[in-house]
Order: sequence, then C-alpha cells, then structure tokens
Amino acid sequence: MTQSRFTGTDSYVATDDLTMAVNAALTLERPLLIKGEPGTGKTQLAEEVAKALDTNLIQWHIKSTTKAHQGLYEYDAVSRLRDSQLGDEKVHDIANYIVKGKLWEAFESDKRSVLLIDEIDKADIEFPNDLLQELDKMEFHVYETKQVIAARQRPLVIITSNNEKELPDAFLRRCFFHYISFPDTSTMEQIVNVHFPSLKKDLLSEALKVFFDVREVPGLKKKPSTSELLDWIKLLLAEDIPAEELHGDDPRKAIPKLHGALLKNEQDVHLFERLVFLNRKKSAQGNVDPR
Amino acid sequence: MFLELFFKLRKAEVPVSITEYLTLLEGLDKNLAGYSVDDFYHFARLSLVKDERFYDRFDVIFGEHFQGIKAALDEIFGEIPEEWLRKQAELFLSKEEMEQIEAMGGWDELMETLKKRLEEQKDRHQGGNKMIGTAGRSPFGAQGYNPEGVRIGQEKSRHRRAVKVWDKREYKNLDDSVELGTRNIKMALRKLRKFARQGAAEELDLDGTISSTARNAGLLDIKMVPERHNAIKVLLMFDIGGSMDDHVKLCEELFSATKTEFKHLEYFYFHNFLYEGLWKDNRRRHADKTPTMDVMHKYGSDYKLIFVGDATMSPYEITYAGGSVEHWNEEAGAVWLQRLLDVYPHAVWLNPEPEVRWERTPSIKITKELMSDRMYPLTISGLDEAIKELLKRTH
Repeated sequence: MTQSRFTGTDSYVATDDLTMAVNAALTLERPLLIKGEPGTGKTQLAEEVAKALDTNLIQWHIKSTTKAHQGLYEYDAVSRLRDSQLGDEKVHDIANYIVKGKLWEAFESDKRSVLLIDEIDKADIEFPNDLLQELDKMEFHVYETKQVIAARQRPLVIITSNNEKELPDAFLRRCFFHYISFPDTSTMEQIVNVHFPSLKKDLLSEALKVFFDVREVPGLKKKPSTSELLDWIKLLLAEDIPAEELHGDDPRKAIPKLHGALLKNEQDVHLFERLVFLNRKKSAQGNVDPR
Repeated sequence: MFLELFFKLRKAEVPVSITEYLTLLEGLDKNLAGYSVDDFYHFARLSLVKDERFYDRFDVIFGEHFQGIKAALDEIFGEIPEEWLRKQAELFLSKEEMEQIEAMGGWDELMETLKKRLEEQKDRHQGGNKMIGTAGRSPFGAQGYNPEGVRIGQEKSRHRRAVKVWDKREYKNLDDSVELGTRNIKMALRKLRKFARQGAAEELDLDGTISSTARNAGLLDIKMVPERHNAIKVLLMFDIGGSMDDHVKLCEELFSATKTEFKHLEYFYFHNFLYEGLWKDNRRRHADKTPTMDVMHKYGSDYKLIFVGDATMSPYEITYAGGSVEHWNEEAGAVWLQRLLDVYPHAVWLNPEPEVRWERTPSIKITKELMSDRMYPLTISGLDEAIKELLKRTH
C-alpha cells in the first residue's frame, strides 16, 4: 500500500493529535472537520497537507450566499439565452453551459487531491445537509445532461468552521472532528522556530513570556493568537529590539513594545494599559512601604 | 470491545451513535491507533466526539474508564513486594532502558529510593518531579518522562511521551454548562431565525426573471421579490430588582444580544412576578406603567414570549391576591401569568438560578408548573432548549 502519511512540514508544526486526525481522515477516507480559535492555522493546514502529500489543493471558500449546488455545477442559463438570441450553434448542446464546481473539479482529478471547504459555518444552515450525499458517496448526478459524476480518487476533504452556526448531527456523524487547541509554550516555541529559525533564544523566550502574559489578561475581547504572535515577532526583528527591553520587571516599561501587533481592538488596548497602570501603582506603593 | 466506554459516553450525554462507534472499530482494524494509549485516546476522541464542548466530558469518562484498571493497581500499590515490582519492570522495560537504569546507579539503589518515596507519599499524586503517581518526571510511576522510570499501573506498553492528556482536562471551559457571553448568546439566538419574504418587492429575482423570459419566448420579463429578513417577533419580560441583582450581568448580556438580533423585539420589566402592570423604564416604574392588558392587546399572538427571572420569592406572591411586595394586586400573579400564556402559545421562562436549586425553592416549582415545565436555565444549552421549544408548532 502506498499510503502516504502526514507528519507536519518544515513550515507547519502539527501536534500529535492533529497528525492523527489527518492520517485517520486519509486512511478511512472521511471528511475532516477542523474547528479552533481564529489564527490557529485551520486554513493553512489544508495547504500544508496538500504540500506534504505533493498534490493539488482545491479551495472552496464559503460565503453567506454560497449554495451547495454551486460546489457541484451551475447551469449558466443566461449565456444560453443570449446565445440562442444570437443564433449561436453552441446552444444546441446543454453541456456547453454547465459550469463545473469545486467538488466536480476535485472528483475529476487523477491524483488524490485535497479539497478545502473553508468556513462552512458562514453558509446557510441547510448547506451542510445538502452536501451529505455528495461527501458520503463522493458522486452526484447532473440533471441537465443526465450523467453521474463519481470521484476517480476520493479526495481528502478538509472542512473548517468558526463555530458561528452549529452543524447538523447527520453531517457531523460522517466527519472526523478535531479542535485545534491553543498551543502550549513548547509547541509555540517550535512554531516560532519554524518561522524564524535565526531568532535569538533569549528574545524568543522573553517574547513568549510577554505573549502568554497578555493572553492571561482577563476580559480581553480578542486574545492574541499564533498569527498575531508571528507578526509581532516579525516587527520586533525588524526594529531590532533587544531581549532586555521586553522585560516586564521594570514597571516603567511594563507596556511591551509594539503591542499594537498583539492587540487588535481599541478597547483591549485601553483595558491593557489601565491594568498595566494599576500594576505600576501597586508596585510603586510596595516600594515606598515604610517600615 | 470498547462497548463499555461507548455506553459510558452515552450515559454522560455525549452524543455518540453507532455510526461513530463503527468508525472507531474500522480505524482500529486498519491499525490507526496502533499500540499506544495516547494514540488510542486521540483517535477515539477524533471519531466519537463531534463538538469541542464535549471534549471535557470525554476526557473525564476516558480517564475514569482507564483509571478503573489503574485504581485496582493503586490500591495494592503499598503492599507490592519488591520482587513483583522488579518483575513488572523487567516486563515493561526494554534492554536499553534496563541498561540505563544500571547506569543511573543500579537497580537496588532505584528500589531503595522508591521505598523511601512510598513512605513519604500518602495521597494520589500527579505531576511534579519527585513523587510516585501519574504524569510526573519522577523515576517512579506511570507515564513519566524519565527514561529510567519504573512503569507502574500502565496497562499496555510502548509509550514515548505520554503525559496523560485526558487528565489535564484542557477543554474544561468549553463545556456548555458554563455561563454565557454576549457572543455566545447571539450564537444561540441565531437559531431563532426564520427568514421570510415580507414587504415591498425590491430585489431582482434572477431565476424567476430567466424562467419567465424563457417562457415569454425570449422577451425580457423582469420579476421582483421582497427582501428576506428575520420574521420572528419576540416579547421579552425581565424580572428586575431584588433577588435578580445577583444576575444583572447575565441579563444585561442576554438583553444586548437579543436587541441586535431581532427587528421585532419588545421588552418590558416586572418585579418578582407578573401582575396587572409592566414598565419599560425602570427609573419611572411607578409613574409610567403599561397595563398588562394593553400589552396583550397590542402585540399579537405570533409574538414569542420570553420571561427572564429567578422566580425566587414567597409563594404567596404568586398564588394570592394582594400577595405582591410592592403594591396591592387585585388578582393573583398566577392569574396574570395564565392570561399571558393564553395569548402567547409560544412562551418560555429562562431562569438564571442554577437548576439544582429549582426543586428546593417552592416558588420556582410553582412557576414551572404554571409554565407547564417550559422553564430553562440561563445557559447556552438551556437557551438552545428554550429556542427549540419556541420554534415548535402549536397543535
């Protein structure tokens, strides 16, 4: 059996459970549903899996107006109508007006492809139900031309969701489900290392400490995520800030440099500054404590 | 083979079905979860659990299930003769690891320290670098990092990294019995959407236009349709003041979430229970009262009625005329509630009090009976249930 396994790539750190999820989906040929905090690399997973398996990635980005049949095919009635008025010869064959969707594209591919259905929760509540049969059997029927399109190679289907809508049980039952939890410090270190291999060790550990401290601040509207950390480190590197300046111990410099990259929300920045200010006051009082 | 685990999960109300169980077995058959408990844990979670809200419950059950085997061992742990330990260790440890032990000062020294630690230790221990127990870096106990560790009470073999993931219960805060934030409430309320086309036709109906044009032998015939919007109408009644002060934050969140979600939303306040008057502005509650009768006449029975209140008071306030704490009421609160329920067949009562207290508080019990059991806790899952009830068709 030429079973290729996914173990993460040189630009993507996959934890054990995530690796297991992808490999299980590959072996048992089931769709894989991925949820997780924004910025934990859900969409990127599909890209990296495609890269690791050396196959093509077909992306289907879902919007609130997306309908399930658009992923299969669309019948372009308007151009047919126009062609008929112009007397075009094409008009006699209806197949000329069938526009293939992403699912069709994935089914037709000679090599097993990776199909990403991105942010499925953006679509209408009925959307996942409309795709049940197609994802289960990996085939569908084209009414206009009366042909059945079946997958030559069952594609690996990766579906991401941001939890804006609950997905129907019947749909969930057919999928594997994985929740990408927020990485712990050691995983985070690996992730940063993969992206910035030449980063100085002490700067990295200081930056991570500040980052996890900021995440701990209660009441933040949007906690900074992995992608924000990577942006921030990029900025730190560009500004060439030494590790010492990130030290939170000095109360006068308690606000980390360039925190705008970490906190994306005005209210959060205010809240953070206020907390830092309070802390500073507290520690100042502590210092003058008379004996 | 894992039927017991499966039924335990079902008992804990993790929604697992036969399909998922068969998938699990299929995966095991294809050797996906090879030989380590960790792999098995990951794969079982992947195939059985379909929502991160149930991760925590799954962790607990999984832990329990595998603890069962371990607990038996833990009990006799103190009395384990050295010989037995040695034998077990020899069974589990590879040759290289045994050599490492030798390098660390030999078997006897290791055993000596183990005995000492056993004496120091009383409770079940987890984590840490010294004590015996699970998930630590001590040389003793199961599933540790230390390469020269003695593995005690670990059912089967061949692990490398193994902190017991399910014992950490990382997903605790995702369980849906915890309180809600505005966004969560909005998510839940979204289910209370029923889109309908109402009002003036102002959107181009492309499909309709095409088909009617085609029928018209190609002469353009434009069709218009009204825009879709949420057609659900909600009447919200909040209990305010008194014992509700404890729940102000929760109610504020619910209120702000509902306000943005619904086009047709009307809200009123009441104190403790429903009587002949309601008000819209709490500061002017005595000056500016709206008679409950007027509310019932003004808003049609297609409105969905949601009460939010802790229903915690003296039972007299519900059942007797003149029972109200604020004023003299001619008719009992129960009568007024019944009138409202007669007008609005779709009604629920959301109660911020924890569900465990309901049975013990007589006034909550009475209210629940009056509502014919349609009382739900003010949590995400409670809200879900309530919305399901509201969307039911009347018979």
